[in-house]
Amino acid sequence: MATEFSYPDSAAKAGPELETEKLSLSMGPSHPSTHGVLRLQLELDGEVVTKCEPIIGYLHRGDEKIAENMTYNQFVPYTDRLDYIAPLANNMAYAIAVEKLAKLEVPARCQAIRVLTAELARISSHLLGLGAFGIDTGAWTVFMYTFTEREKLYRLFEELTGARFTTSYSRIGGVARDIPEGWLGRVNAFCDQFLPILEEILSLLTRNKIFMDRTVGIGVISKEDAIAYGLTGPNLRGSGVGLDLRKDRPYSGYEQYEFDVPVGTTGDSYDRYLVRGEEMRQSVRIIRQVIARFPDGLWYAGDAKRIFAPPKDKVLTSMEELIQNFMLVTEGPLMPAGEVYFEAENPKGVLGFYVVSKGGGVPWRLKIRAPSFCNLSILPKLCVGAMVSDVVAILGSLDFVMGECDR
Amino acid sequence: MSAATAVTPALSEKFPQVAPRASLDHEAINVPAGAVLDVLRTLRDAHGFDFLADLTAIDWAEGTTPRFTIVYHLRSTTTHAYVRVAADCPDSAAPAMPSACGLWAAADWHEREVFDMFGIRFPGHPDLRRILMWDGYPHHPLRKEFPLAGVETELPDAAIAAETGAKVIAAPMAGGPFVASSGEINLTEAEPRAKDESWNEGRAKPAQD
Repeated sequence: MATEFSYPDSAAKAGPELETEKLSLSMGPSHPSTHGVLRLQLELDGEVVTKCEPIIGYLHRGDEKIAENMTYNQFVPYTDRLDYIAPLANNMAYAIAVEKLAKLEVPARCQAIRVLTAELARISSHLLGLGAFGIDTGAWTVFMYTFTEREKLYRLFEELTGARFTTSYSRIGGVARDIPEGWLGRVNAFCDQFLPILEEILSLLTRNKIFMDRTVGIGVISKEDAIAYGLTGPNLRGSGVGLDLRKDRPYSGYEQYEFDVPVGTTGDSYDRYLVRGEEMRQSVRIIRQVIARFPDGLWYAGDAKRIFAPPKDKVLTSMEELIQNFMLVTEGPLMPAGEVYFEAENPKGVLGFYVVSKGGGVPWRLKIRAPSFCNLSILPKLCVGAMVSDVVAILGSLDFVMGECDR
Repeated sequence: MSAATAVTPALSEKFPQVAPRASLDHEAINVPAGAVLDVLRTLRDAHGFDFLADLTAIDWAEGTTPRFTIVYHLRSTTTHAYVRVAADCPDSAAPAMPSACGLWAAADWHEREVFDMFGIRFPGHPDLRRILMWDGYPHHPLRKEFPLAGVETELPDAAIAAETGAKVIAAPMAGGPFVASSGEINLTEAEPRAKDESWNEGRAKPAQD
């Protein structure tokens, strides 16, 4: 006798799909992979991100408001605290912007010092970026190597500027002091020992199976998106757009130096890593050229009397310099009215300063175009469809600094 | 600014409202608010200024008309030239400017920042919220009348505020950052010192106990 079976339970299961709920996850602001105080409000479907909303501003200090309330030279220390991983490069970008306003030409020696320090800052910034990226993707060793090298750079910075971290080295119309005796030789020695170590560091990641699994094809940014979202620096070049202001609009004498601009092919996290690695090699190349033909002469503009603080020994012994120093401190430098916009190719991307002057020693408006701010604005698009662990890799590959993003 | 990259003549032909703007560096134009999107689109599509480098605002202080100016900096990814486009907000009391989000995705966060800091609205923006300050913050800090020290404000989280009684307080300025005044130079005014310092030439320093 045939038995008829019915499956009422399975029939019900085959009907409407199981109801699932999206999970809301707050990543940060004090999560180690968000590199500072970035907070991502994620909406998850299982492990997959369906919505990502970056919440920024935790480190907002009102730098632009502060700038409107102090003289041009007084603002230099605040530029240290934008991208605090590469303060020397920020100092330089700000100084050049204000020098454009003042129509000041700095001498060749000052330009060479600035290029040298900016490239050292680039190496230091990329070293940290790489080390942190390594940790994010589970490669702890890289961090130990990069921080050892970074420490050597900080010793050099300390010898040059008196500070390891917040250097405040540039002045409007020059740099704070000349390079110490024998310093160039020590920079050269650093480069000599750095290149083999860099190869070693990169070899820990470049063909590392785990690292490649975590980064190849993750967080792909197309050329069009990179331009539309205003990405700059290694993040833009990783997407195959060969824009580098050092080449395109050379400033501070970059046109004299030979270097290549590395670009990526697919625009994924791995490409951004490769670009940073190659940029360090190119920076060493630039540094060697700067040292090889280091110009003599003054390290501040001779005609910057109304702007640049006179040497301290002169202030204490000469009436003229004392008055000049007094006027600089009380009134600030006398600037012409007008507006300028200057962008420099910093380690994190293009750092821009838009200075609006009504004359006098204080800017009427100073807008800081922060590369990290623009680079992060692509996150809502980039993270959708990625796994939570991919978000960590994407953040590491974007290499941002919240001090600059939030200003 | 070289003749090869000058776009002002070509633009003024198409848009008679476009006027050159005084500038110390890049080519700069003034555009009325109504035409700004068309001008930006033309610059992007016909003149190769395809990269929105920066978007910001200037507050010319209370009582000035027009009070707010929106400034766009565009860069060409081919010629690497810059152009500055400035547009005054017609209404100083309720300033607004058409949103450029449809042209560049980058405009999204820049416009949110300008809204946050200056209170300028961008009709057409998909999600105009504060970005640096918290939602519900009552002031626009980069307006000129906003004091450098800040103003006392309620905490964003009402529950925490009720529990702790804490507030966001103004920064202590006495002996604090040296403060100079912007604009015209008047030595007494411009002398950099904390403005609310309790003693100066006119008032004696309180005796130390």
